[in-house]
Amino acid sequence: MEIQILGPGCARCEKTAKVVKEVVAETGTDARVEKVTDMMQIAAHGVVSTPAVLVDGVVKSAGKIPKKDEVAGWLK
Amino acid sequence: MLKSMDNASCSCQGPEPAESDVRRPLPAWMMLAAAPLGIALWWLVYTHLAAFSKFLTYRLLPIASGSHLGASVEFLLYDTPKVMMLLVLVVFGVGVIRSYFSPERTRALLAGRSLLVGNVLAALLGIVTPFCSCSAVPLFIGFVTAGVPLGVTFSFLIAAPMVNEIALGLLYGLVGWQVAALYAATGLTIAIVAGWVIGRLHLEGHVEDWVQQMTAADQAPVETNMTLRDRLVYGKDAVVEIIGRVWKYILLGIAIGAGIHGFVPEGFMASVMGRGDWWAVPLAVVLGVPMYSNAAGIIPVVEALLGKGAALGSTLAFMMSVIALSLPEMVILRKVLKPRLIGVFIAVVATGILIVGYLFNMVMG
Repeated sequence: MEIQILGPGCARCEKTAKVVKEVVAETGTDARVEKVTDMMQIAAHGVVSTPAVLVDGVVKSAGKIPKKDEVAGWLK
Repeated sequence: MLKSMDNASCSCQGPEPAESDVRRPLPAWMMLAAAPLGIALWWLVYTHLAAFSKFLTYRLLPIASGSHLGASVEFLLYDTPKVMMLLVLVVFGVGVIRSYFSPERTRALLAGRSLLVGNVLAALLGIVTPFCSCSAVPLFIGFVTAGVPLGVTFSFLIAAPMVNEIALGLLYGLVGWQVAALYAATGLTIAIVAGWVIGRLHLEGHVEDWVQQMTAADQAPVETNMTLRDRLVYGKDAVVEIIGRVWKYILLGIAIGAGIHGFVPEGFMASVMGRGDWWAVPLAVVLGVPMYSNAAGIIPVVEALLGKGAALGSTLAFMMSVIALSLPEMVILRKVLKPRLIGVFIAVVATGILIVGYLFNMVMG
């Protein structure tokens, strides 16, 4: 499972990364978590609002910090 | 109020989840039933704030009535809860409204619109769409590649930070509904006209090349259906997040306002930012550019300035300049716009603000 967190590095994007990493650790999921800060790559995914989270290339959340149970739901 | 980059680079207007996700959820009906009670309570406290702050300042604290310190302290004690209470109400209400909108939906609504209609729509949508400065670049790219005309995109980008619910709510509560309405109307007009002008100048070639080479990526579908309860929670989250972020700036703004209120003589501002001086408005605009403040912090200062006789037009121009012509946002946009386009953007918006400033100085004078 590959998780990407898109965001240029502001506080909300960092917070999102933190939440996702915590949930991945807590559930023991085998996932690679990557943070994408390059604007070109972010836009290439068709995302207009950051922070955004992609799981295996599919946008799961955009424009807000996802809640923990939301993230857990994606990891199943 | 010069702000450091890391604070200013992201004036996000969306909610974040509470720290603990383990909460027993309240049913929607309970939240709605609590609403009238909450509002009644709010109103009761709100209307007694002035009397209460007077009481605190002059009875409980050893401060002489009529003194400068007294005036400042009273202002501080009165304004702080007043501003906070207003903010809570406004941010919550607008938060709920915002839950109905998303940048993705706005983009779909604006794609391929004809110029003037698009500009008006974009400006209006700019008010209600949750927008974060840090996503200005992806948003710009997403809009442009999806077929939203350049000028229309700009109308959105100008309106979104400027006609901000916090600014409107505070203006309404602190200065009066007329000024709030004026600010909204002129802000929208500037956004529409500036966007239209930029559209007519056909500056599409001045968007950075790498952006033009991007093809429209598949629309990222993130539509989730929110229940009424979800929306109320969204509003509540917005309150927690936004106030958690801006309260320091509000206090700072109120403190400055209190200082002005207590220690600056009546009519002093009239002589400095006086109506007759032609240079007052351009000066106000220029002063605003290097300053970046979120709306919450600047309005108590605006309130105090106006109370001391500053001309309405100059003050409005200053406020708009601080919010709309923000240096950090320019730096961010430089990634996607060539210098010429940024220059045009600044020039057009600054001109609009100047016109607004002169207009109001003339009309109110």
